[in-house]
Amino acid sequence: MGVTTFLAQADELRAPAVDYGAVAPVLIVLGAACASVLFEAFLSKSQRWIGQVVLALITLVASGTALAIYAGDAPEQGTLTLSGALAVDRPVLFLWATLLLLSFGSILLIADRSVEPGGAFVAEAGVRPGTVQDRAQAAKSGMQTEVFPLTLFALGGMMVFVAANDLLTMFIALEVLSLPLYLMCGLARRRRLLSQEAAVKYFLLGAFASAFFLYGVALLYGYAGSVKLADIAAAAAGTNRSDTLLFAGFGLLVVGLLFKASVGPFHAWTPDVYQGAPTPVTAFMAACTKVAAFGGILRVLGIAFEATEWEWRGVLWGVAIASMLIGAVLGLTQTDVKRMIAYSSVAHAGFLLVGSIALTPEGLSGTLFYLLAYGFTTLAAFGVVSLVRDADGEATHLSQWAGLAKRSPVVAGVFTFLLLALAGIPLTSGFIGKFVVFSAAVQDGMAPLVVVALVASAVAAFFYLRVIVLMYFSEPAPDGPTVSVPGAFTTVAITLGAVITLVLGLWPAFVLDWAGAGAFIS
Amino acid sequence: MSWTLIALLLLPLVGSVVVAVLRRSDAAAKTAALAFALGELVLAGVTWVAYDPASTDRLQLTSSVEWIPNFGVHLSFGVDGIALVMIALIALLVPVVIGGSWADKLPEGRTAGGFFSLLLVMQTGMVGVFAATDVFLFYVFFEAVLVPMYFLIGRFGGPRRQYAAMKFFLYSLLGGLIMLASVIGLYVTSAETLGKGTFDWATLVEAMRTADTTTQIWLFLGFFIAFAIKAPLVPLHTWLPDAGAEAPVGAGVLLVGVLDKIGTFGFLRYCLPLFPAASKELAPLVLVLAVIGILYGSLLAVGQTDMKRFVAYTSIAHFGFIALGIFAFTTQASTGAVLYMVNHGISTGMLFLVVGMVMSRGGSRLIQDYGGMAKLTPVLGGLFFVAGLSSLALPGTNSFISEFLVLIGSFPTRPVHTVLATLGMVLAALYVLWLYQRVFQGPLRGTALVGVAGGPGAATAPEVGAAREVKDLGKREIAVLAPLVALILVLGVYPKPVLDVITPSVGATLSEVGVTDPVTAQEGK
Repeated sequence: MGVTTFLAQADELRAPAVDYGAVAPVLIVLGAACASVLFEAFLSKSQRWIGQVVLALITLVASGTALAIYAGDAPEQGTLTLSGALAVDRPVLFLWATLLLLSFGSILLIADRSVEPGGAFVAEAGVRPGTVQDRAQAAKSGMQTEVFPLTLFALGGMMVFVAANDLLTMFIALEVLSLPLYLMCGLARRRRLLSQEAAVKYFLLGAFASAFFLYGVALLYGYAGSVKLADIAAAAAGTNRSDTLLFAGFGLLVVGLLFKASVGPFHAWTPDVYQGAPTPVTAFMAACTKVAAFGGILRVLGIAFEATEWEWRGVLWGVAIASMLIGAVLGLTQTDVKRMIAYSSVAHAGFLLVGSIALTPEGLSGTLFYLLAYGFTTLAAFGVVSLVRDADGEATHLSQWAGLAKRSPVVAGVFTFLLLALAGIPLTSGFIGKFVVFSAAVQDGMAPLVVVALVASAVAAFFYLRVIVLMYFSEPAPDGPTVSVPGAFTTVAITLGAVITLVLGLWPAFVLDWAGAGAFIS
Repeated sequence: MSWTLIALLLLPLVGSVVVAVLRRSDAAAKTAALAFALGELVLAGVTWVAYDPASTDRLQLTSSVEWIPNFGVHLSFGVDGIALVMIALIALLVPVVIGGSWADKLPEGRTAGGFFSLLLVMQTGMVGVFAATDVFLFYVFFEAVLVPMYFLIGRFGGPRRQYAAMKFFLYSLLGGLIMLASVIGLYVTSAETLGKGTFDWATLVEAMRTADTTTQIWLFLGFFIAFAIKAPLVPLHTWLPDAGAEAPVGAGVLLVGVLDKIGTFGFLRYCLPLFPAASKELAPLVLVLAVIGILYGSLLAVGQTDMKRFVAYTSIAHFGFIALGIFAFTTQASTGAVLYMVNHGISTGMLFLVVGMVMSRGGSRLIQDYGGMAKLTPVLGGLFFVAGLSSLALPGTNSFISEFLVLIGSFPTRPVHTVLATLGMVLAALYVLWLYQRVFQGPLRGTALVGVAGGPGAATAPEVGAAREVKDLGKREIAVLAPLVALILVLGVYPKPVLDVITPSVGATLSEVGVTDPVTAQEGK
């Protein structure tokens, strides 16, 4: 091959057009993540914390501003960019906004250094747990700040994940969001064995799930000859290709997605990881990962597998029922607050799945609303969990929460409100969320599934109420935990979550309008 | 746009905030609570006057503001005669309850301000349930009212309060969630028939006329189960004796007096007009449950050893009568049922209060701990007897008229059920009089009143065998019971003011179901 032909070919190989306005929010977050790594390398120890916090918060505000500016005059039906690898449409804009808002709250929780002196993160992760050095580092008040770039990378991955328009981009985004999370789980300053166990468990199971996902992608590529969602939809709509490939690929792909969304029976990692990870990280995972995973599920089901809906719907009915029942029933037996909220999140994942498999505009907007509402409630709930402490750190055993209302009525009141929201009592966002999701499901002919969901909500209400009973109706133990006076960061995060939970319960209309503003583009 | 109902809703809410702020000082909090409750009573009087029973409007004093336009949810309020009398009953009972709980001994660490503040929040919720004319809004109030009641029982109740509060909440919540399925189903059905979904009650009544019977039956069942748990119909009643026994007396009065009426009100407002075909189809089933409730509740009331549980079981029997009246589908029976709802609130409310007064003197809930108490407290004995007579529907008391209307109205369409239900009247005489006899008549006895050597009362009794010092009713207690006694007697001979208000609405409800009275049909021939 001559040099000239090569040059001629290279001339044809053009860089794809990039709609910088549309992808600016992602670029800002990923760019800031890189800058954050440099901060870590070059800033002096005393400047790192403040530098990282300021950078992270400014990044989120800047990304949000870019998003708002773009959303102001974005094309109604959305746009494809980076030669069709990313789709930026109304649902994606909504999901991005949700992710940025929830990350803002999570970063505030992560940055807090007053609740746990020096922050919730281990100073030297390499020190073996239980040794003299470990006790020394636990007593030190300095805070290592690697967690900030990791959070920003995970957030960038999530944003790409929900916008990915082909399965390969989606897989890469999945890894970008997962790998930082595995690390973050292992960073707890206290109870380090539990934390490291959580990290390893999450990593191993997550790696399996990624492999499932990738195998599914491979089979679907074999089926459709393309990894683009639209091409898979077109291939499935009318061909005589092997259905085996299609459904085997679909099954493997969906297992990977359901794992990330902690939908039962793919939830096994959830309680352990939620319990072991540092609470701010748990808050970030519970809120943001859920949003990203369901954003991906909505997109994959809504575009690639819309035509084959009647083939897979029964299976996902079963998965949704399993998830709701596992979450509700096993939640009853938990004695640890974080594990209890983890099982609650499994039940909520089931409710979300009910909305996701109603492939109607109402199902889409309802699920989006639910994600936003649930994200803020759970974020604030974990914020409160991080406040209740005794000498050994957080007091997460339920018995330690007895009589909390007597010692700190405000904290108990806020937590009660959040629990009622998780239970779906009216005048909270949780109720409106359940209502929109379930009404979409009934409209799409899934009334029996909705009845199961409502029964599961009633069962789940029991364990939320049990905590309220403990806090209000029981006498406090004499040497029980105290509630730390939260620093400004945690206060803001909890207030943000609680206020949004209340506002969305009272005036949900404007958010419902945004959530229902448009459909997916492929 | 009428502001009266909105004012009725907001006043107690403002009151609860004021009382909560004042909770450090018991006296100030109590006075403020009473002032707000009396203000609400005056407002309810204004509402009563403003309501025009002769008007042909199904709902009056209406107001409506858009709330969630995405599903056509409105904040709309309005009352018919049935809702109006219930709101008046609430406005009457809350100040009575506040007066009755004035000197209650609260559990360690709880303040009277907290108690009254929750009572006022509950008042807002209860008014909202009866005044809402948007099904979604009704549901919101239906569930929201659980939360203050849960805290009232759980924080201020008896020894097993945690269990009772949890049981109460879970039963009601389960019912509510099943109803939510039907609310959603109703919305979806209306979207199919009208093109655009709505929650407006009047529009839904029109839209559901054409719905097929199967759909109606499923949706009816969702609402019915929720209301049958609330009103407690056997076999969904088991939470009431626990909740009633453990609730503080004040909250217990509102629980059996008003909160449970949400169920029977729901039958009349939602089950019948929205699902006429299903109501007719399933009426035999409901009637059987009603009659079982009357007999079962009465028999268990006879056997109770705990006075508060006793009141709860008499209520279950009474709710059977109300359900019988509603599902007999005659004007007389339904009018009687609505009147029964008011009268039951007054007489059972009073019974609960006097039982509370007995307990606050003797310190025990058990019947066997008392005996011959009338010798020590003749006034309390007399008023207890009045409340009991009203509860057993003696002619001349308010309950007689309503019970008689229910029975005479049900007989033409449901003779067998009516005859069986009449047995309940006999049992009522038995359980009330026997209780009175055991507690108040005969020689002075029982560990709560006289010390017994070695018995649990020995520590508190000054000397063995001597009567403990038990005071008769004070001025406050007499003032609290006086309005109830007056109403029992006045409504017993002159129920016309209440009947005038409820009769047109009952007639409208029955015409929505599409039934005609057998009696009037004969007159037409």
